[in-house]
Amino acid sequence: MKFSDFVATGAIRSHVHAATKEGVVREMAQSLVDAGKIAPGDLEGIVKAIMKREDLGSTGIGRGVAVPHTKHPSVNKLVGTVAVSQQGIDFQSLDGEPVQLFFLLVSPPDRPGDHLRALENISRQLRDDSFCRLLKAAKEPVDIQHLLEEADSHGVVS
Amino acid sequence: MTAESPESVRDAAAGLQQETVSREVVVVNAAGLHARPADLLAREARKWQSRIALVNESQRADGKSILELLTLAAEAGTRLVVEATGPDAREALDAIGSLFESRFNEHENHQDS
Repeated sequence: MKFSDFVATGAIRSHVHAATKEGVVREMAQSLVDAGKIAPGDLEGIVKAIMKREDLGSTGIGRGVAVPHTKHPSVNKLVGTVAVSQQGIDFQSLDGEPVQLFFLLVSPPDRPGDHLRALENISRQLRDDSFCRLLKAAKEPVDIQHLLEEADSHGVVS
Repeated sequence: MTAESPESVRDAAAGLQQETVSREVVVVNAAGLHARPADLLAREARKWQSRIALVNESQRADGKSILELLTLAAEAGTRLVVEATGPDAREALDAIGSLFESRFNEHENHQDS
């Protein structure tokens, strides 16, 4: 699965304002509402479900990256977005480091395979240090979009 | 690289300690090896001194790295080989096997992956 299969281009954010875990989740979910990917009425339910998942164990998987996610019946295909925090946010990550890079995923309850393939793509691309570094250094959402496109086509050349 | 590199001499001297043992495991939880099971698995693997690898056909992942485990994208029903190399390899293998058998404590109607 490629980034372009699930990342909503209009919802990408290069400078999140939030300074807390729930704040960044809410800001990203709102960006999916603004991009028309989730209905405004589902925002609260989705934020709550993502935070409930975080209570089971942080999705801050290390290297300054987190993949907050949930299943939700309101979507019929996997939708996601990418955000960068310039300051870094305490996400109770597994390695204790603040998180700068966020991939938020909302998937239909009956498609666990798609969710796995999105996680596979994200984790495989993030093993590339220069990809991580360039994403965190993005000035505009369009820079992130271009990096994702480059990763989709042939991986980022350092 | 020669056969007499310092590493190979040291490994040979370590003898039994460098034994590699392996076993097959099956992903039985319906959601597959997603973020939470990968976290549990890496935490368990890090408790042991042995090097631990999970192999899915031609793909190999460090059992102590969540990022690498997620790259396996192992869905329900996938058969994986766990390899452990080191002084506590057998115990590590047993512990990891039990984790798979326990379905990572997930129930089939679990809604929060």
